[in-house]
Amino acid sequence: MRAAQSYPARRDDVRLLVVDVPAASVRESRTTQLPALLSPGDLLIVNDAATLPASLRGRTAAGEPVEARLIAEDLERGAGHFWAVLFGAGDWRQRTEDRPPPPAVVSGDRLQLGQLDAEVVALSPLSRRLVALRFANGSDGPDAVWAALYREGRVVQYSYLAHELPLWAVQTVYAGRPWAFEMPSAGRPLSWEILLGLRDRGVRWASLTHAAGLSSTGDAALDAALPLPERFEIPPATVAAIAATRRGGGRVIAVGTTVVRALEGRAAAAPDGVLCAGGGVTDLRLGPEHRRRVVDGILSGIHTSAESHFALLGAFAPLELLEAAERTAEARDFTSHELGDAMLILARRASPAGTVVSAGPNG
Amino acid sequence: MTTNNDTERLSAALVTGGSRGLGRAMGLELAKRGRPVVLVARDAGPLGQVVAEIRARGGRAHGIAADVADKDAVTAIVGRAAALVGTIDLLVNNASTLGPVPLRLLLDTDCEDLERALQVNLVGPFRLAKALAGPMVLRGRGAIVNISSDAAVEAYPRWGAYGASKAALDHLGRIWAAELEGTGVRVWMVDPGEMNTRMHADALPDADVRSLVDPARVAERIATLVEGGGTGGRVAVRLDGDQGGEGNRTTDGGAP
Repeated sequence: MRAAQSYPARRDDVRLLVVDVPAASVRESRTTQLPALLSPGDLLIVNDAATLPASLRGRTAAGEPVEARLIAEDLERGAGHFWAVLFGAGDWRQRTEDRPPPPAVVSGDRLQLGQLDAEVVALSPLSRRLVALRFANGSDGPDAVWAALYREGRVVQYSYLAHELPLWAVQTVYAGRPWAFEMPSAGRPLSWEILLGLRDRGVRWASLTHAAGLSSTGDAALDAALPLPERFEIPPATVAAIAATRRGGGRVIAVGTTVVRALEGRAAAAPDGVLCAGGGVTDLRLGPEHRRRVVDGILSGIHTSAESHFALLGAFAPLELLEAAERTAEARDFTSHELGDAMLILARRASPAGTVVSAGPNG
Repeated sequence: MTTNNDTERLSAALVTGGSRGLGRAMGLELAKRGRPVVLVARDAGPLGQVVAEIRARGGRAHGIAADVADKDAVTAIVGRAAALVGTIDLLVNNASTLGPVPLRLLLDTDCEDLERALQVNLVGPFRLAKALAGPMVLRGRGAIVNISSDAAVEAYPRWGAYGASKAALDHLGRIWAAELEGTGVRVWMVDPGEMNTRMHADALPDADVRSLVDPARVAERIATLVEGGGTGGRVAVRLDGDQGGEGNRTTDGGAP
């Protein structure tokens, strides 16, 4: 399948593959038709994380070229600390797996990333490319770190793109706090025309924030471990909206796997399977074996069976139906990847045993 | 369920032109009322002084040195601001430029100076509103305040570039308000009246400063207005200068 190489002329007008699991059908529509494809009483939940300029280029103390792509805030060590994946020479036009490996680093090494000073404070057992960085500007407080990050950082790019993406191009129309290290791209086709159209149709929306990490690291072992545990926050209003939707018989539709991961991860981690508002970190891995407790459908990009993302969709649809959808997408020349076409899976309802009850923010 | 979480209680404000005049006063006033504030201004020096002043008074403040007319700066401004203070529910588009002073007749105004006035006074506020109104609509609450002027309404000779840009900002605000109706996001256009600020001195150096109003008093009015239950619209704040009494009249913000 072709990867979309550039932004569509209108962000909200791309082709949409609709996979209806109860009807075992696959049909073609457009994202502009989303309000008509959902029903009054349904609830759309988006990830409102803005995307950071997470790619920093520079040199080691020995002068070797290095690129650090931030993948998560290092919450244990606090402000000014991030986990990063290191890459060697070359740039984003090369596929991550074709990039030379990064120079070997040890704890205490310094990286000069533009005007940003970074110290390697820990190495991950998962991969020699995954390191904990402390930005020296961190001693000046968070203001200096964020100023330097936004000055020196570039958006994580994709090798199949024709042009480099600027910071504004990887933001959703509702982006708030900058928690994402790559764009939560399932929400890219949503415009306010569509969102207000959904509201007028009686479809509600709600949000959560999920710190989407990197999608590819150039290290097969590390890629296999993705996604790493990711931070999320679910507001009380969102849990209340889910509860109201359940009571009214509507469906909960997640925009992207980050939303699924936050909601299902939160519910799965609760001793009684009850979803509560609040923040945390989830290591949930989605797949065909996952029993959904909260989410009844997903809006996502187009994924092929060659991608790891495909297995995540197995939580929503049987393999044969996903393969039929893939064949349809291939035959009709849908485009894939971050700037490509979209897919809506309307799944069987999440387990009724996963009753949702709203409670206190830290319940 | 709990409805009062931290995000709600501490929703923050972003104020442009925050290093002096009304912007500085808005920063001080909003911080005094418990809001974390992010101030944006071009010059880091004076901006840092205001931030330090707010922090010394026990408020939460951050400064971002940037030009609101810089197209490439806007996404970084809102990203940095949200990284520092979280959810932003109030945008005060206060930064503006008169263009070259002494003010010139339109016949003598360089096209580039008109363009610059439109970039700073109209396009910059649009870009910031666009970036911040989305998450406000998503959460169903928020406010945008565009600082206007009576020069947006009256055709004062020599105020061409500034007056035209403020008239356009007013109209843009009316259309924002119309489109955002029912979303929980309110839009205000505030004419603050004649204040004792550097901008006023630049424009009218011979004005009697005793007739001018302390921007702190105007900032208090604006903060009260926004935190009240009003639905938005155009407001002209008219406080008497010096020690005089005060009045406040609201003008129609809807139909032309």
